[in-house]
Amino acid sequence: MHGLTFDIAHMLAGSLVLVSFMLLYQDRLYALLNIFALHALILAASVGWQAHAQDAPHLYVTAAIALIFKAIIIPSALHRIIKRLGIHRQIENVVGVGPTMLLGIGLVALSMVVMLRVTAGADALAREDLAFALAVVLLGLLMMVTRRNAVSQVIGFMSLENGLVLAATGARGMPLVVEISVAFSVLIAFIVIGIFLFRIRERFDTVDVQALDKFRGERR
Amino acid sequence: MTIDALSGVLLIPAVSAILLAVLPGYKLTARLNVLAAFATFLTSVSFFFVQPNSGPYLLVDDLNKVFIVLTTFVGFTTALFSASYIGHEIEIGRLTPRFVRFYHAMYQVLMFGMNLALVANNIGLMWVAIELATLSTVLMVGIYRTHEALEAAWKYFILGSVGIGLALFGTILVYMAAQPVVGEGLDAMVWTVLMTRADRFDAALLNVAFVFLLLGYGTKVGLAPLHAWLPDAHAEGPTPISAVLSGLLLNVALYALLRFKMLLALNPGALAPGPLMVTMGLISCLFAAFMLYRRRDIKRMFAYSSIEHMGIIVFAFGMGGPLANFAGLLHMTMHSLTKSAIFFAVGHIAQVKGTQKIAELGGLTVTHPALGWGLVVGVVAIAGLPPLGIFMSEFLVVTSTFAREPWLATLLGVGILIALGGLFWRLSGIAFGEPRGPATPAKASYVPMFAHLAIVAMAGIYLPPALVAGFENVARLLG
Repeated sequence: MHGLTFDIAHMLAGSLVLVSFMLLYQDRLYALLNIFALHALILAASVGWQAHAQDAPHLYVTAAIALIFKAIIIPSALHRIIKRLGIHRQIENVVGVGPTMLLGIGLVALSMVVMLRVTAGADALAREDLAFALAVVLLGLLMMVTRRNAVSQVIGFMSLENGLVLAATGARGMPLVVEISVAFSVLIAFIVIGIFLFRIRERFDTVDVQALDKFRGERR
Repeated sequence: MTIDALSGVLLIPAVSAILLAVLPGYKLTARLNVLAAFATFLTSVSFFFVQPNSGPYLLVDDLNKVFIVLTTFVGFTTALFSASYIGHEIEIGRLTPRFVRFYHAMYQVLMFGMNLALVANNIGLMWVAIELATLSTVLMVGIYRTHEALEAAWKYFILGSVGIGLALFGTILVYMAAQPVVGEGLDAMVWTVLMTRADRFDAALLNVAFVFLLLGYGTKVGLAPLHAWLPDAHAEGPTPISAVLSGLLLNVALYALLRFKMLLALNPGALAPGPLMVTMGLISCLFAAFMLYRRRDIKRMFAYSSIEHMGIIVFAFGMGGPLANFAGLLHMTMHSLTKSAIFFAVGHIAQVKGTQKIAELGGLTVTHPALGWGLVVGVVAIAGLPPLGIFMSEFLVVTSTFAREPWLATLLGVGILIALGGLFWRLSGIAFGEPRGPATPAKASYVPMFAHLAIVAMAGIYLPPALVAGFENVARLLG
């Protein structure tokens, strides 16, 4: 892998981690959606570049799925849902922005240490991709933990899946089966989520998951 | 792909799922559901007589035969139970016909997903199948659309998705480990290929992969720190789903874990997965045993009992060796049969009494003798008292461990005894004592429940030599 190709791949994967950080501190739903669209856009660019670098045409399909589905359809659909539900106000974080960011930095450091150490034998591009992918996955998890709002939890989950796609494309020659299935799972997940958002709304008049906690089965 | 028995266990549920989604009428669809489940069961039994050909995507070997037959059998009996259970739900208007159609279709999708996960010869395909099974159960758990059901389904969906995401990351890492040795492309994801070349994989990468897989699939097995979804999902969904969740879906996730454990065992440089599994199993068993005492909802209580038993099973497989593996397999089979029988009883009990709260249940052996005694036998079995099957398997787990690690065996024994105390304390109030609640006779189907209990009782006294030989063979394979 020579200079420029590697550098661009590295930069795109690194940007994905950076945008994951941006997702962490967004406190408005619309802004969160826009940043998620950016996240998916960078993923699409990164996968597309991998397709070029690895000379693997099937990865272009994955890139197209990421671009059309995750960067365009899902964010705009969520936009409409939020509008119809009338919940475009502020969203609160459980932990403050400062501690969350520090925790995020710690997670990125952790994933670098773990992945770079164990993949010493693999080629440089795959190593970097895997390390960045793990960072994106962990940041997605962090976001799901720190957010109370169902919509932002869902976005945390989808950014986690973006990390998984990055990992799958970094693994050279991994069959298309997996990429399609990831996209497919997001689709199903989205349908499920859509149904749930409406059902939760219909029951609780809010998508604040804290309202759900009151109805824990044990405390009837 | 030619049409043989192997594609049969996938095609029958898939086709019937489509049929059930479009056909109207509860009576017809419930019967079709039972029929499809029965046909799938018969097809899977044929594996023992005609060994199907394995390809790059599908595989039948001695290990997954056991799992498939158990899955399709409990799937069939649960379909029988479900027919009478759902009939009652329609009568009282808790479910509308539209939802019943959806429910039956999803039931077959779940069977399809579980069968596919079990026969998959490809680590990616297996992951997809488990995700499919998870999503179909998420939809079914939320089907009553009450506050609690929605909360349970949402929690299950979020935790299940995170688990399945971590499992995918682990799967990708396994591919990365295999790719330099096996070469790029499909081969590096095929079980049969991976198993023959595993000794040359990068050990460090495999280790990290296993940690992700243990956390990911472990969430689906319901191991202790990751179990939070399980009690809610069991308590709030329709009872047939609680039965298949406890009896089958947990096993399927466990099966995935066992396959990866076998893979790691073949690599001399990789860490031993045993101690990790033993620790998680022991924590689950002890934790769930204590939690049994504070339960106020009957389905929730048996959900915690499932966590306890999955802990014991994972513990046994973690110990490894022919005897502990044999005990683990036997315990898994017995637990599936007993726990689903208990849920069959609990489902009808909750229907006739109109409540799941333990405080409002009492004197069942007086008001509903068949259900009450069925539950008593089930709980005696699940608590591990002789002479029933679970006593034997638990006894084997503890004694085989005692010979090697006395301390671990003692801890496990303590967990089992604490759970026994908790279960009996609750049972005495539910089954005996002052009769409470309506005494209207139950319109129940007792056949599935008593069939399961009869098998468990039989197994405690006499195990057919063919079964023992089969389990011993699988136990050896598991290493």
